[in-house]
Amino acid sequence: MPSLEEFKEIIAKAVSETIERAAIYIPPDIKQALKRAYEEEVNPMAKSQLEAILKNIELAEKFKKPVCQDTGSIIYYVTVGYDFPGLRVLREALVEAVRRATKQVPLRPNTVDPFTGRNPGDNTGRYMPYIHLELVEGDGLEVTVVPKGGGSEGVSYLELPPPGEGVKAVKRVVVDAVLKAGSLPCPPTIVGVGVGGGADIAMYLAKKAACTRKIGTLNPDPVLYELEKELYEALNSLGIGPMGLGGKYTVLAVHVDYAHRHPAAMPVAVAFQCWATRRATVKINANGKYVIEQ
Amino acid sequence: MIYVAEYKLKTPLSEADVRKLRVGDIVYLTGTIVTARDAAHRRMLDYLKEGKPIPVDLRGGVIYHCGPVVQKLGDQWIALAAGPTTSARMDLYEADVIKNFGVRMVIGKGGMGARTAQACREYGAVYAYFTGGAAVLAANAIKRVVRVEWLDLGIPEALWVFEVEDFGPLLITIDSEGRNLTEEVVEQAKKKREEVLKKLGVT
Ligand code: SF4
Repeated sequence: MPSLEEFKEIIAKAVSETIERAAIYIPPDIKQALKRAYEEEVNPMAKSQLEAILKNIELAEKFKKPVCQDTGSIIYYVTVGYDFPGLRVLREALVEAVRRATKQVPLRPNTVDPFTGRNPGDNTGRYMPYIHLELVEGDGLEVTVVPKGGGSEGVSYLELPPPGEGVKAVKRVVVDAVLKAGSLPCPPTIVGVGVGGGADIAMYLAKKAACTRKIGTLNPDPVLYELEKELYEALNSLGIGPMGLGGKYTVLAVHVDYAHRHPAAMPVAVAFQCWATRRATVKINANGKYVIEQ
Repeated sequence: MIYVAEYKLKTPLSEADVRKLRVGDIVYLTGTIVTARDAAHRRMLDYLKEGKPIPVDLRGGVIYHCGPVVQKLGDQWIALAAGPTTSARMDLYEADVIKNFGVRMVIGKGGMGARTAQACREYGAVYAYFTGGAAVLAANAIKRVVRVEWLDLGIPEALWVFEVEDFGPLLITIDSEGRNLTEEVVEQAKKKREEVLKKLGVT
């Protein structure tokens, strides 16, 4: 088994490679959804945008360059076993991975101090990269990297409607969020919806559902499954279309998640993942061996 | 409603060049374009107020809303990824920039508002989309980074002067006759709100 020092190096290396993978290669489920949208789109302007998107994805793969110049804020979704031997150096290694990837890929330096405007230049800073950490049984580590772009983040939406309105409020908030976002999040998008928990929890669930759940995976909850289908049809009937130029595909998918709520509040959060979905996952075992998946 | 004409244009652009363009037209641009985001726009207007010259000549020029990924190899900068950024943030400044610096084309994503569209009509300019996120496609058409100014604003916010060849497809969404395509589409979508909510059983 590798020593702690070795683990730090292994994790930093594996995760920086994972960031690189995410920055350059669009995951297969997203590519497939975009291809389908291109084939089915009839509005010529919308089609021209989807064509440019597909061409761009190809060029990024060919030249191994970041698929979008906004290489995002690096968000980690981590599940780690209680007995993972590198646990003690995990945090340090995850920050180091961002520094390395920033130089190697390279990534655009995107972390700015909100008060002074200073940019440290390496995509790190206070709380950044952000690490969502979940402890589970076992001795392995799984890190999903989401470099999240600013255009789609900028239209995130939260409402706290009266709980009495129930699911109707959820539907209304989602429609309003998509209307308000319009062309800004680079549609077609994946819309993540988080309901309940609390304002922060709803937004966490929404963003996680938008950015990490694969297109084509079915919601195991039959009520949410139906809701997702209904919202998908409804949102695409708005006709905002690719890049807001009209057309069939405003959204590629709708993903809903929820938490139990306080009796007095029903937070509904909507997060957007632009077409340029950057995501990759690395699994590292107790021996330090790793695989990267998308 | 949409006919698509395709144009190949060279910078600097004349007023006649852009007055003939209509919403829905596609343009491929060859020549020089200059990136500018919020901070650069603000500084241009500050300099104007103070009577100081700006380091680029924008007469007949093209402003590109873009914060590129760049790399320096020796003395030479290279643009690796250079898609457009959200133009709405520059709405605050763009009308004054078009008016005072003689800009003929603004390129970005997501569309711009009424004041910018008004300036396009009044002074003879257009706003064009480069497909949002299509960063490598854009970088591929950038033949050379000519120079960079105002690098103290940070890499994304600096003025990058790019030499481009057949940069596009650029889709005209605001023309000099006052049409604003993105606004039209979003307005139409908003009109559908009630109908969509009814179908969802909300109202
Ligand atoms: S919204 Fe997404 S695709 Fe569009 S510019 Fe931002 S990161 Fe790129």
